[in-house]
Amino acid sequence: MTPKTKGLKNLSQLKIGQSAIIDSFTDKHMALKLLEMGCTPGEIVKLARIAPLGDPIAISVAGYLLSLRKAEASTVLVSPILVK
Amino acid sequence: MESNASFVNFSEKSTIKVALIGNPNSGKSTLFNALTGLNQKTGNFPGVTVDKKSGFSKLNASVTAEFIDLPGTYSLYPKSLDERVAFEVLCNAGNTNHPDVTIIVADASNLKRNLFLVSQIIDLKIPVILALNMMDMVEKEGDVIDAIRLSEKLGVKVIGISARNKEGVEVLKQALLQPLPVPQYDFIDIKKIVPDAIEKVKAVIKVKSDFEAFQIINNLSDINYLHNAEMQTKITDALNTLIIDTNKLQSIESVERYKIINRIAEDCITRKSAIKTESFTQKLDSVLTHRIWGYAIFLIILFFIFQTIFFLAAFPMDWIESLFISISEITANVLPKGELSNLLVNGIIAGLSGVVVFVPQIALLFAFIAILEDTGYMARVSFIMDKLMRRFGLNGRSVIPLISGVACAVPAIMSARTISSWKERIITIMVTPLMSCSARLPVYTLLISLVVPQNKTLGFFNYQGLILMALYLIGFIAAIGAAWVMKWILKARERSYFIMELPVYRSPQWRTVGYTIYDKVKMFLFDAGKIIVAISIILWFLSAHAPGNKFEEIEKKYQDYSWRAEMNQDQIAAKIASEKLEASYAGMLGKSIEPAIKPLGFDWKIGISLVTSFAAREVFVGTMATIYSAGNTDNTQTIREKMAAEKNAETNQPKFTIAVGFSLMIFYAFAMQCMSTLAVVYRETKSWKWPTIQFFFMGALAYLSSFIVYQLLK
Repeated sequence: MTPKTKGLKNLSQLKIGQSAIIDSFTDKHMALKLLEMGCTPGEIVKLARIAPLGDPIAISVAGYLLSLRKAEASTVLVSPILVK
Repeated sequence: MESNASFVNFSEKSTIKVALIGNPNSGKSTLFNALTGLNQKTGNFPGVTVDKKSGFSKLNASVTAEFIDLPGTYSLYPKSLDERVAFEVLCNAGNTNHPDVTIIVADASNLKRNLFLVSQIIDLKIPVILALNMMDMVEKEGDVIDAIRLSEKLGVKVIGISARNKEGVEVLKQALLQPLPVPQYDFIDIKKIVPDAIEKVKAVIKVKSDFEAFQIINNLSDINYLHNAEMQTKITDALNTLIIDTNKLQSIESVERYKIINRIAEDCITRKSAIKTESFTQKLDSVLTHRIWGYAIFLIILFFIFQTIFFLAAFPMDWIESLFISISEITANVLPKGELSNLLVNGIIAGLSGVVVFVPQIALLFAFIAILEDTGYMARVSFIMDKLMRRFGLNGRSVIPLISGVACAVPAIMSARTISSWKERIITIMVTPLMSCSARLPVYTLLISLVVPQNKTLGFFNYQGLILMALYLIGFIAAIGAAWVMKWILKARERSYFIMELPVYRSPQWRTVGYTIYDKVKMFLFDAGKIIVAISIILWFLSAHAPGNKFEEIEKKYQDYSWRAEMNQDQIAAKIASEKLEASYAGMLGKSIEPAIKPLGFDWKIGISLVTSFAAREVFVGTMATIYSAGNTDNTQTIREKMAAEKNAETNQPKFTIAVGFSLMIFYAFAMQCMSTLAVVYRETKSWKWPTIQFFFMGALAYLSSFIVYQLLK
C-alpha cells in the first residue's frame, strides 16, 4: 500500500509534523552522507522539529531523530504524503 | 544461510586482538569500558592524529584479549580521518592494529541504521561478532528482536547485551574463545555493481573480498595502505579504460544495502505497536529546544557549570597549592642549601604544582560534559546553537569550550574534542584562550585598583566593576572576531556536515562520567604535564641564575652592616631578591625587550613580569612584588602602594598612569602567556604548528591593541 502523495518538494520545505517519501537527491556528496544515515529513496521521513532560530531541522527517519541544516535538507527531494 | 561456513578459532592464542567498531551513540565506549575496566591506555594510530584507546582483559587462565576501540563511524566510506582509520585497520592485514576478531557494536533500539555498517563489515569477510547493545531499551519499548534469526540472516554470531548494565558482557568475552564463522556470502552482490572493475583490481592486488576491491576502486587516493606508489599506479593503470563514477557506485551500494536491511529488519523485529505515543524524548525536546525555554535552560546550565568550575574548584586548588608549598618547605629543609635543592623546590616541585593544580577544574568540567553527552543533551545544544555559531566559523558545540574558557582554557580546549568538523574544532581551540580566564583576574584586580579610582561611580555601577566587566566582554568579542577571521583563512579539510543523530534522552551513567574524568585527567597529567614541567624548569633557571657571579656580589653588598641601620632583616631580604631578579637572565631578557615594549608604555620591570608570566598569568603579581621588593606577596596592598609610588624617571609623574594600566590590561587580555594552554593545544592538535600560530597571532593582537590603547590615552 503506497500512501498518496503530491508533487515534489524540498525536504526543507515541509511543515512540522508533515510526512513525505524521499524521492531523490540533488547533491551527490550530500546524498552519500544521507544514504548511509538511512535516508534512502522510498523511506518515509517526518519533519519533527525546527531549531528555534529556524535552522537546523530535525527529521524522524528509519526510527530515529536526525538533525541536519536547511541547506543540506534542500538537496533532498520528497513527495509529501497527503493527509486524508 | 551458508552451510559450509568456515570457522576460525583463536582459543589457542595467548593474546587475541579484538577491534570494537560501531556507530556513534551505539554504546561502543561503554562496552569498551565494561570490557577493559581501568586497564586501558590512550595512544595514536600510527601515522595519523586520531586517538587510539586500547585495553587488556583476561578471557581465561591462558588467553588475554587486547581490545582496540576504533573511532565511531556510520559507514566504511573513508570520508573523514576517523573513518579512514577504521577502514584501514580492518582491511589491511599488515596494519599493526589489524584485529583477529572484530566486535561490531550496534544499537538494537535503532537497528536499521546500525545494520548499514554491520553489512559493510560483513562484506569484508573478516571474523566478526555482532553485539546487539541496548537490548534493555528494546525490551522496555515492548519490541522483540529475534537474535537467532538475525544471526542466520547475517551469517555471523549475534549476542544481545546491555553494556550499561554490564549484561551479556561476560558472554561476549567467552564467545571470543569459541570458533567463529567467517562471513561467507556477500550481503549485497557487489560484483553486480561494477563487475569488470572489481575483476581488474583483483588481478593486480590480493584482496579478501569483492567489497574491499570495491572500496579500493572508490577511494584509491584515500586509502593509506596503498600509498605504496607502485601498487597505486598499477591499480590506476588497470582501471584507466573504465569510466568510474564513484559517487554513483556508492549510492547504488547504499541503496542496495538498505533494501536488504529493510527486509531483514522486517523479518527479525516484532514491534509492539505501529503507532508510538509521544515519547519521553519528544516531550523533553519540546522544552529543551523551545525558542525561549531552550535557551533559558541552556543559560542556567552554563551558569551553573561556570560557577562550579570557578568557585568550587578553588577549594581543592588551594589544598593542592598548600600541599605543594609544604612539600617544598620540607624538601628545602631536608636538603642542604644549594643548586639541587633550588632546582627541586623552585623548578620541579613548582612545575608539578602548576600541573596538578589544573586537575580539579579538568575533573569538574569533564564531569559536566560527560553528563551532558551521556544524557543526549549535548546534541540538543548543537541543535539550538548551530545557526548562531556557524556565522563565526564555529559549531553549536563550540559554546561549551568558549564558556569554560572563562574559568580556564586548559580544560576548555580539551572539551573541543566533541566537535567533529576539523576546521570548526581548530577554530574553537585557537580562539578559546582569548576568553578571560581566572588566571587573568588577579592581574586585572591589581591593575584596576592601581589606576581606576575606587569611589567613582556611574549611576549604580562602580567604575572598577565596569572596567572588569568590559575586560571580560573584550575577551569574548576578540574570540568571536578571531573565529570569524579564521573562518575565511582556514581551508576545510573535509566538507562540513551537520548531519547528526539526536539520540534519545537517557539518565547519565556515573561509571561513564568516572571514566571520562579519569581519562582526561590522565591525558593532561602525562601528555601536557611533561611540557609544562619542562618549561617551568627553564623559567626557573632563567630567573634563578645570572651570568658570572652577580648574585654573590649582590649578597656581599648587603652583608655590610651599614644596611642594617636603615632596614630590618625582611626588608633586606626583599631588596636582595629584587636585585637578584633584575640581574638574572629573566631580568636581562626583560631589559632587552624594553625597546620593543616601550611604545606600549612598559619598562623593563614589566618586561620581566611578561617573561615570568609565561608560567601562568597570575605570576605577574608575584613578580611585580619581587621587583618592587614588596616582600610578602599575599599582601597586594603593599605591592599596590609600591607600584603607585613608582615615578616615571623622565616626567616625574606616577609611572602607572591610566594609559600604562589599560595598555597592560589589554595586553594580558589578548597575549598568549600560558605555557599550559600551549601544551594542551599541542596535545589536542598533535602538532606544534597550531600552538605556534596561536602564540604569534595572540601576541600580535596584544601588541597592536596595547600600542593603540597606550598611544591614545597617553
